[in-house]
Amino acid sequence: MLRFHRRRLAACSVALAAALAVSACGSKTGESDTTGGVTADTSGDTVKVGLLNSLSGTMAISEVTVRDAIMLAVEEINAAGGVLGKKLAPVGEDGASDWPTFAEKAEKLIKVDRVAAVFGCWTSASRKAVKPVFEENKALLFYPVQYEGLEQSPYIFYTGATTNQQIVPGLDYLKAQGKKSVYLVGSDYVFPRTANKIIKAYAEANGLKVLGEDYAPLGSTEFGTIVNKVKASKAEAVFNTLNGDSNVAFFKEYKSAGLTAASMPVVSVSIAEEEVKSIGTQYLSGQLTAWNYYQTTTGAANDKFVKAYKAKFGADKPTSDPMEAAYVSVYLWKAMVEKAGSFDVEKVKGASNGVTFEAPEGLVTIDGATQHIHKTARIGKIGDDGLITEVWNSGGPVKPDPYLKGYPWATGLS
Amino acid sequence: MTVILGQLFTGVSIGAVLLLIALGLALTFGQMNVINMAHGEFIMAGAYTTYVLQQTITDAGLSLLVALPIAFAVAGAMGVLLEWALIRRLYTRPLDTLLVTWGVSLMLQQLARDIFGAPNVQTKAPDILTESTSLGTDLSIANSRLFILGLVVLAVAALTAALKFTPLGRRIRAVVQNRDLAAVSGIPTARVDRLTFFIGSSLAGVAGVALTLLGPIGPTMGTNIIIDAFLVVVVGGIGQLKGSVIVAFVLGMLQAMVEYLTTLSVAKVIVFIAIVAFLQWRPQGLFTLRTRSLA
Repeated sequence: MLRFHRRRLAACSVALAAALAVSACGSKTGESDTTGGVTADTSGDTVKVGLLNSLSGTMAISEVTVRDAIMLAVEEINAAGGVLGKKLAPVGEDGASDWPTFAEKAEKLIKVDRVAAVFGCWTSASRKAVKPVFEENKALLFYPVQYEGLEQSPYIFYTGATTNQQIVPGLDYLKAQGKKSVYLVGSDYVFPRTANKIIKAYAEANGLKVLGEDYAPLGSTEFGTIVNKVKASKAEAVFNTLNGDSNVAFFKEYKSAGLTAASMPVVSVSIAEEEVKSIGTQYLSGQLTAWNYYQTTTGAANDKFVKAYKAKFGADKPTSDPMEAAYVSVYLWKAMVEKAGSFDVEKVKGASNGVTFEAPEGLVTIDGATQHIHKTARIGKIGDDGLITEVWNSGGPVKPDPYLKGYPWATGLS
Repeated sequence: MTVILGQLFTGVSIGAVLLLIALGLALTFGQMNVINMAHGEFIMAGAYTTYVLQQTITDAGLSLLVALPIAFAVAGAMGVLLEWALIRRLYTRPLDTLLVTWGVSLMLQQLARDIFGAPNVQTKAPDILTESTSLGTDLSIANSRLFILGLVVLAVAALTAALKFTPLGRRIRAVVQNRDLAAVSGIPTARVDRLTFFIGSSLAGVAGVALTLLGPIGPTMGTNIIIDAFLVVVVGGIGQLKGSVIVAFVLGMLQAMVEYLTTLSVAKVIVFIAIVAFLQWRPQGLFTLRTRSLA
């Protein structure tokens, strides 16, 4: 009965494996429109806003929580009467952890749903994929995640940290702790590679030795060799820019190799409370993170945010920096629209400079020139309870400097 | 020097993981020629079984031990259900089997997402398995990797013995070598198929339990490993267990050594190129089963 050739079967299955590997990169970009801007539909009682997050794939672990935070802000705003008297109608799309899909869905949100603004994206790769779509259609994107800087799109507002609000403070902290050498580990895409370029420039100017640099493809779960290399380097600290699932495998391997927070601390820039939960405090206790917000951050605005989030999504659900930045982004957009008195993209952009919001992380202010926001930098330590407690902060909001113009060692990076 | 020794062990342990995820497939694909794309989801089922058990049995060590037989049964039952519902109707249509089981794999992923949520879940490993055994000053070996190595040796030994010495094993080999003749000799081939599929799927469940010690437990974990599993079986040669065993360790070692000298991404590319080159030279894989059938 099984009369097909074994040779052919073998060939088939290899071709299949290859096809599967390639399909992840396959693209189906939507048609491009040359007419320019698409105006949002603001004629009815409601205004549509777009939510663009990966609800499936390797990034779902992080992006689902961001979607939830955006939904919370939208509901709160609607309960308080909406924006300019109009209720917000959220339209959700799944970017599926696949960058061309992000571009496709962004185009759909702008052209078919005619949303007033889009909130979402996590990885820089997805942001870079949608950037031309937003610029071409003159539509607004609010990007809520820390990123590698060196970017300033006229149609994107960056509510997460840029490098001088997260990575540079992280390095300053290591330096202040007397660390003389670091090992860099990251996922293989634009954020870690650019971040590491900046770290190397900083290191050179500040007498910090970079003993090695390794990248793993997104979703990679085999870290035996990388951890061996890290261990053999005898670095005093590790700077970790891994994203998504890979962190789980990395920290399990790290602990198994006998490396600890005391012997070789890891500073991570993509591990927030939600990730701590899915990696396990067993592996993370005592390790460091660099962010602008923790669930434990003090203040009335944060108490309200944490309480509202837990009431809606469950008492066991932590709040994290990107979630907070996403939540804040909706309120900042609302404040900008109200200041402009219009949903028109150009008017909203024009009104952005100096708009403030009493955010859970403290007062944030939009810097109109860069479309980034002033944020307080915070270094935290992961505790046994899965929460992160602050061990250092910058004392006040740091002015965003995406191109690191104010840092002499950074000349030549952009 | 210690680094090289460390890398040697890393290579062996990558090989052990590869073999563990490919072992079940070596039976269902290697012996039965069924391309089961849902094999990765059976692995996922094993991992989630560990997670669910840990909700009731809080002792990490005990729940891991209990999870092994239960995941074996859960994944095996899923395999039998799949075989009974779909695959047995498609034994003469391998490419249709591929599409159907791929569809099943997508459905199982979504099911996991609906039940357990899109974010990964975590299990607590017993403390002893998060530590390492020290060999000399700088060299240490992760206990979790040793555990997996032990598990895979046990699984291969048990499977080899079962195929070689038990009546079921003899029937499986008879059906693989010549299905028509086996049927004529009175072997109930349909029942043998189902049992073979049960064992193959069960081994995926066991692999899933072991993988909770190393990586994330999430709805997509199966898709990330299925390609590696197929590669091992294809390169090892269809119809032979020893091919898969040798190839898993060779690929693991190659991956570890090349990665040490270059980077993870480059190592993956080089391993793929080596596989393609090897299959040009030996399209049937490392070992082939010699039979007198005309196929």
